[in-house]
Amino acid sequence: MGRRALSEDLVYELSKSKGEPEWMLQKRLQSLRVFNSKAVPTWGPDLSGLNLDDLSYYVRPGVAQADSLEELPADLRKTFDALGIPEAERKFLAGSGAMYQSEVIYERMKRSLEAQGVVFMSMDEAVKKYPELVQRYFMTRCIPPTYHKFAALNGALWSGGSFIYVPKGVKIEKPVQVYFLFDHPSMGQFEHTVIVADEGASVEYIEGCSAPAYIKGGLHAGAMEIFVGKSAKVRVTTIQNWSKNVYNLVTKRAIVEEAGRMEWVEASFGSKVTMLYPSSVLVGTGASAEHVYLSFANDGQLLDAGAKIVHAAPETSALVVSKSISRGNGRTVYRGEVKVNKGARGSVSSVRCDSLLLSDESSTETLPTEQVDEEDSEVSHEASAGRIGEDQLFYLRSRGFSESEATALVIRGFMEPISKKIPLEYAVEFNRLVELELKGAIA
Amino acid sequence: MESGLLVSGLGVSVRDGGRILQGVSLEVRPSEICALMGPNGSGKSTLALTLAGHPRFRVDEGWIRLDGEDITRAEPEYRAKKGLFLAFQKQVEIPGLPIEDMIWEAYRARWTGEKRPSLIDFRKRLMAVSSGLGFGPELLRRGVNEGFSGGEGRKAELIQMLMLNPRVSVLDEIDSGLDVDSLRLVIQSLREYVKGGGSALVITHHPRLLSMLNPARVYVLIKGRLVEVGGQELAELVEREGFSRWGEVGDGQKSAERRSGV
Repeated sequence: MGRRALSEDLVYELSKSKGEPEWMLQKRLQSLRVFNSKAVPTWGPDLSGLNLDDLSYYVRPGVAQADSLEELPADLRKTFDALGIPEAERKFLAGSGAMYQSEVIYERMKRSLEAQGVVFMSMDEAVKKYPELVQRYFMTRCIPPTYHKFAALNGALWSGGSFIYVPKGVKIEKPVQVYFLFDHPSMGQFEHTVIVADEGASVEYIEGCSAPAYIKGGLHAGAMEIFVGKSAKVRVTTIQNWSKNVYNLVTKRAIVEEAGRMEWVEASFGSKVTMLYPSSVLVGTGASAEHVYLSFANDGQLLDAGAKIVHAAPETSALVVSKSISRGNGRTVYRGEVKVNKGARGSVSSVRCDSLLLSDESSTETLPTEQVDEEDSEVSHEASAGRIGEDQLFYLRSRGFSESEATALVIRGFMEPISKKIPLEYAVEFNRLVELELKGAIA
Repeated sequence: MESGLLVSGLGVSVRDGGRILQGVSLEVRPSEICALMGPNGSGKSTLALTLAGHPRFRVDEGWIRLDGEDITRAEPEYRAKKGLFLAFQKQVEIPGLPIEDMIWEAYRARWTGEKRPSLIDFRKRLMAVSSGLGFGPELLRRGVNEGFSGGEGRKAELIQMLMLNPRVSVLDEIDSGLDVDSLRLVIQSLREYVKGGGSALVITHHPRLLSMLNPARVYVLIKGRLVEVGGQELAELVEREGFSRWGEVGDGQKSAERRSGV
């Protein structure tokens, strides 16, 4: 155990303040023990700058977020200006405004879904209203506390996030959207979302926030557990932009049953270090997964991300498309794993990752791992890394575009496999984010 | 007022390399089609790229004027906005950027002031222009030159020219890879473009194209120098005899072209 490790008192206090049932307290305490017993992983990015000494810092109300807008770093304020974020929203993003209660947002969407038997509410509320349902899925077989150190941290300190249960055969037509996930000061750090789609159900969940979310403590360790039932379909779209002091260490995992389909769409901007490897475990015959991912690493950033696919049943298939852009001295890493278990006959996995380098100092790396224990399967990996060609730039300039316009157009093309998956109402903000990253105006 | 494209005594070197063009002078007046002929490696593409302002080529002497304005050292985008267009011989691929979107961005950037072009009108016109060239509308959603055949690439260049309606177009080997029917459609569009006030410098080593275009002047480029200027009869002479009368069999310049990286 480390010095000043996270104490049980703190966890008791948190659970009590939320009025949680005993089993949730025990889940937190179990997670806490795992967290305290595991070392910080060293196989990936350097996390030595992360302050894990005093975690009460992250949990006590009002401490983690900035108290006023003036307290925010100047570059972040500049970004708010560039994005045209209204004052009220800025206060909210800084954690000092209480007017944007997420409960309100949930209420609005809930009414139309309730009629279909859908459960959709904040995780905090679900623990109280549907304890048995939550207990069945919360950190059990998808992300158990033992999964890794930061999953355990989330289990001990989680707050906020969504709980969605879609009953058998119910197909939710409109995407379920959560723009902000904060309604407790610590929610920005350790939100925990669980989505369950029962047999034949389908749901699309979108969480997005283009403004850089500021966390004074500098750690975001969210978790998301997805259960895709037989012939069910779940798509999760996340567009996130963290302020550049944040270690963004996220755990996302889906278990996909027979003929079920899981789709992950991720666009990552900002953060100091991001570690994000959404995982799809294909446990039923004919289950499939698609992962599309875009990351943009600017000066001083390391975005280390990828996909983890487990083919655990016959005729399962997965497609991974990763696109990364590095600028300044930004670094991107594709770190992926494809595992085909013995007996997963006729399974197909295809990984394609492309990196675009916009400067001489930027860099990228591709680290794929394959473990294939079934001969009757097909696993492929293609990777490319390159710069924008002089001929591409000249071609576009000869059509009247300036050099920076031409660059933006080439990048637009590069991102197309991802951007076409992003819902229309988010596309404008998405494009604006990319534009700002390119201008370097963003914090 | 002087109008059209005027080139005088142009000497061009490749960046980090030797001289490719020497003393090239030519003119293309409004509503004219002129032709530039020459064997492989004679410097035709270098001239085309230099006119459009490619940074790989350096103008050591002489000048280029467009409608009376010296553009010898202007940025490529400035030349484009002034009304100079280059139809590329080499297909440059921009994956994922639909050609339709690129043309639309270029098209609307040409409009300044209050009047804004409507996307609907643009689309209508684009469809008309494309079908006039036998270019399937589904191809317009493909990335620029992404998986285009040679003929599709040529047509995509022509579509851009017709949509942007430039003052002067330099068409580098616009006929290569086209079947007979497509060639006829291309020539028809080119004629209409010129009738509408545009002018064109057609670069080719195939005299047959020129017999269908009836150019105002034919320039012959050998080893980076203009060796002869004439009318239609010069193209016919080349058709009969090739470039041998200027001591060329067509392969002598290959190594020079390789050096220049064109």
